[in-house]
Amino acid sequence: MEPVSIKPTFDVDEIRAQFPILKELVHGQPLVYFDNAATSQKPRRVIKAESAYYAKINANVHRGVHTLSTLATEAQEAARETVRAHINAKHAHEVIFTAGTTASLNLVANSLGQMLLKKADEVLISGMEHHANIVPWQLACERYGAKLKVIPVNENGELDISAIPGQARNDNSFSDRTKILAVSHVSNTLGTINPVKELIAEAKKRGIITVVDGAQAIPHLPVDVQDLGCDFYAFSGHKMYAPTGIGVLYGREELLEQMPPWQGGGEMIDQVTFEKTTYAKLPFKFEAGTPHIAGIIGLGEAVRWMQDYDLSAMAAHEHALLEHGTKELLAIDGLRIIGTAKKKVGVISFVIEGVHHYDLGTLLDQQGIAVRTGHHCTQPLMEHFGISGTTRASFAPFNTIAEVDAMVAATKKAVKMLR
Amino acid sequence: MNTTLEQAQQEIVDEFAMLGDWQDRYEQLIELGKELPLIAPEFKIEENLVRGCQSRVWLTAEPRGETVHFTADSDAMITKGLVALLVRVLNDRTPQEIMSTPLTFIDRIGLREHLSPNRSNGLVAMLDQMKRYALAYSAKQ
Repeated sequence: MEPVSIKPTFDVDEIRAQFPILKELVHGQPLVYFDNAATSQKPRRVIKAESAYYAKINANVHRGVHTLSTLATEAQEAARETVRAHINAKHAHEVIFTAGTTASLNLVANSLGQMLLKKADEVLISGMEHHANIVPWQLACERYGAKLKVIPVNENGELDISAIPGQARNDNSFSDRTKILAVSHVSNTLGTINPVKELIAEAKKRGIITVVDGAQAIPHLPVDVQDLGCDFYAFSGHKMYAPTGIGVLYGREELLEQMPPWQGGGEMIDQVTFEKTTYAKLPFKFEAGTPHIAGIIGLGEAVRWMQDYDLSAMAAHEHALLEHGTKELLAIDGLRIIGTAKKKVGVISFVIEGVHHYDLGTLLDQQGIAVRTGHHCTQPLMEHFGISGTTRASFAPFNTIAEVDAMVAATKKAVKMLR
Repeated sequence: MNTTLEQAQQEIVDEFAMLGDWQDRYEQLIELGKELPLIAPEFKIEENLVRGCQSRVWLTAEPRGETVHFTADSDAMITKGLVALLVRVLNDRTPQEIMSTPLTFIDRIGLREHLSPNRSNGLVAMLDQMKRYALAYSAKQ
């Protein structure tokens, strides 16, 4: 086993003890959960916080004058403040609760699209985007006659931004018609950490609005929206130890004030008559209907849980898993890693000559190992690499070197069966 | 063919009952998948493709007298093994038999999860397609 350099403050056994699901058996084997990029597991504290809301203070928010409604509202708004501080937004009302990253990106594509996009305008995305950061922009472009442009990806799975700082001459870069830049902070399929801060700086020089899909970054990296300088930052709770069905759209106040609402309904209005409706102030203008209160409270608890740890120690642990797993997997004959960027989070996507990812995923599952197989909702990226899918292992702080070794051994066994 | 569809299913169940753990069952499936190219290369085309999210399945059907003849294939070995079993059970049967006999053997050999609509490996879609072919041919008879 490789020597692993992690900070003494980091105790993987102590972390593991907080995740009840890790005691489960799958096909009679101890669960090895390497599908964290799809959804992370939940620490007991988050599970308890969500159920305590239902058991003790369940009521609708912002409406009732009764005690429970006040308590629920306070708990929800405390979570908003917790999230604000975590991403260093200037104001709590810049934190809009949504159903997840997909909902956040649809909100911004619809509302910002309506406000900004005209015929022949351009939206610039990248070749490694998740479908959630492609399709909403495609829809917006179709609606307003705008064009979708794509920053290319190189063979290592890094953005080819060589043309970016130069003049607007590259078809896959900024042009004088570019209105919006929408890129992922971290690739879900490859684990690549993109140079979003530099891209945002270039975009700002040109007056381009910037949107970051942060779904895969927020569990692993410190995110400071003011330091990044982005206008919007979208992420999901469920990939950062919080419940499913809750997410965030951070938006800069000045833009959110100007933007039209997307969904209409309760909670988002000021005055309604049949002639004219005026809208509630931020953030409620963008939060139509009863929110996912339990999820919001769970998200707040998940952030507090993360803050109890040194994020850099967690990242160092994940990096050790990444390095060890990469080295051991590469020893398998015919195995190729898809995504070999210099800067990566703990994600290993790979293909093996003569082995279909469906078969490998099935045989790993039989051995208690949960990985993701397929195109990972990034079909254009699969096409770029000329493959139909990969097997992806994605790590969390509760994973261990021994689990990585178990996956490698199980993979070898599966390959032997399949060849 | 002398056996009924029900007997053909029972035969497979008996074969798998002799196998031990998961590894033996999957090795058997993989062997079935490896054994033969189930479909002629010229039929491995877009219009015969049954799309699954995880693996792809190709299927052709032609009427032969009173019965329907299938050939099929998949790009994934385990799926291909299951395809081979489905073809073995349903091949050269009358449309009536194909449409009316419930397929229980996959469940009974402990591979139910592969025939789940959530699995998205193309098998459920393939089975639906086989029944549609049977329905179409029965209408012509």
